[in-house]
Amino acid sequence: MDITINKQIVPKNEKEQDFTPVFKINNLNLWYGQDHALKDIKFDIPEKQVTAIIGPSGCGKSTFIKTLNRMVEMVPIVRMSGEIVYRDKNIFNAKYGVEELRTQVGMVFQKPNPFPKSIYENVAYGPRIHGIKNKKVLDEVVEKSLRGAAIWDEVKDRLNENAYGLSGGQQQRLCIARCLAIEPDVILMDEPTSALDPISTLKVEELVQELKKDYSIVIVTHNMQQAARISDRTAFFLNGEVVEYTDTSTLFSNPSDKRTEDYITGRFG
Amino acid sequence: MSRDKTNQKSIRSMIQENKSSRSQSAVMEKVVPKIFLICAIISIFTTIGIVFTLLTETFTFFNRISIVEFFTNTRWFPFTSDENADFGIIALIMGTLTVTAIAMVVAIPIGLAAAIYLSEYASAKTRKIIKPILEVLAGIPTIVYGFFALTFVTPLLDKIIPGGISIFNALSPGIVVGIMIIPMIASLSEDAMNAVPNSMREGALALGATRFEVAMKVVLPAALSGVIASFVLGISRAIGETMIVTIAGGSRPTADINVTESIQTMTAYIVQVSQGDTGYGTTIYYSIYAVGMTLFVFTLIMNLLAQFISRKFREEY
Repeated sequence: MDITINKQIVPKNEKEQDFTPVFKINNLNLWYGQDHALKDIKFDIPEKQVTAIIGPSGCGKSTFIKTLNRMVEMVPIVRMSGEIVYRDKNIFNAKYGVEELRTQVGMVFQKPNPFPKSIYENVAYGPRIHGIKNKKVLDEVVEKSLRGAAIWDEVKDRLNENAYGLSGGQQQRLCIARCLAIEPDVILMDEPTSALDPISTLKVEELVQELKKDYSIVIVTHNMQQAARISDRTAFFLNGEVVEYTDTSTLFSNPSDKRTEDYITGRFG
Repeated sequence: MSRDKTNQKSIRSMIQENKSSRSQSAVMEKVVPKIFLICAIISIFTTIGIVFTLLTETFTFFNRISIVEFFTNTRWFPFTSDENADFGIIALIMGTLTVTAIAMVVAIPIGLAAAIYLSEYASAKTRKIIKPILEVLAGIPTIVYGFFALTFVTPLLDKIIPGGISIFNALSPGIVVGIMIIPMIASLSEDAMNAVPNSMREGALALGATRFEVAMKVVLPAALSGVIASFVLGISRAIGETMIVTIAGGSRPTADINVTESIQTMTAYIVQVSQGDTGYGTTIYYSIYAVGMTLFVFTLIMNLLAQFISRKFREEY
């Protein structure tokens, strides 16, 4: 990574104008019961870039990414306030169906979670539930998605085998392919490489670089080097607050907040 | 302070001291497994003993009545003079199968729907209330179900069905056996669906699937082996059910399927003979062993089938 040290600090407000936002988060607060997990989150996520969310364990980064597709509502005791605007629509608006949102905003999880079906059926699952039944179309979608997730060559001869016969890294790329199959707009990745070995991690990271040409990507990672390697912008979360959010090279070379500096230099976390 | 010190030291020395008493327990270590082995052997020998008795008495029966006639004759009229008696088990098998089929038509949809509700929709609180109630339902003695069939369900059916229904019939006990099996299917299927990891539900939900699509296209297929095994065990239970069919089914064996008329199942026949004053050594006496053997083979096949299905349809995850 080449770090250009820019001593001149550009005011935050000006910088945020230079991209098209896909998500605008306004005063988002979230509680698990009495526990205030996200506090007044306010920032915009750019289109067709990689936005990394970093921070120590328990800082709310996973909670935050799960609010973007409302998966956080799986927890029964959760309460929220504020708004998240996804392409001009507030996702908490009752009229905006959660299934529609999740069709647009796909997600890759921390642990690979393929369905106990064949590789083919895993990828075809999304298009199928959205009403695509034509075998030829499905065949094309499966191949395109698997190619898109850089796993086609490894699985093309065993499409009808159970997905659980794949290695962990392959399973994760299969899950990415499953996500690509419904052609989402945004892909959320919740620590997608934390359960993978270094080689598989490298493959997924390269894939993220490829995917950002067509998709807006938000990635949670506990690995700062990974954030520095693959993201365009980085948000540093601490205790449920956004301490700093700016482009990645600035955040890592010239953090404006003392706490960010302490974290990225390894003084805590 | 000093006490603390002695305590600290004494743990190690206490362990040393206890070594001697633990050597006594070494005897236990050797004896106890043998006692357990004997218990295991007792249950095996009991089973073998029962099967052996069944087989010898059945053999005696087949010396008097040919096995071909037993399995091809469709009439079962044992209580006449020996020359006129008919021992065609098909009549009894048809009774059993009719009741079982009605029971499964009742139990499978309701039990499965209840299981899906409990596993996929109910809150933890609701599940905590409903599951114990289901288990209470499973604990009701079958004789109570029998009276329920005879004194409540049959009169009800008599009003509903145009043309009425016999006081003893196949429909009423069939429905009630089904009701009896619902908790079993619901509970076992729910266990199987609950065992499907949540990460799979999340994976499907994140693709924009509705909860119903998640239930039907992810959870149910993943839990299919357990669900089908619960059906087969339910069938096995229905085949072996005795009290309900004895009380509400009647005692007129027939190979014709007419659910509004009196029937007799294999189990109900065995009860009838055991209750009656049939003498030892008569053909009727031996016939209950042949019927019992047939019943045993039926349920054995069902249980083996359940095991086979559990293995065969397992979607590995």
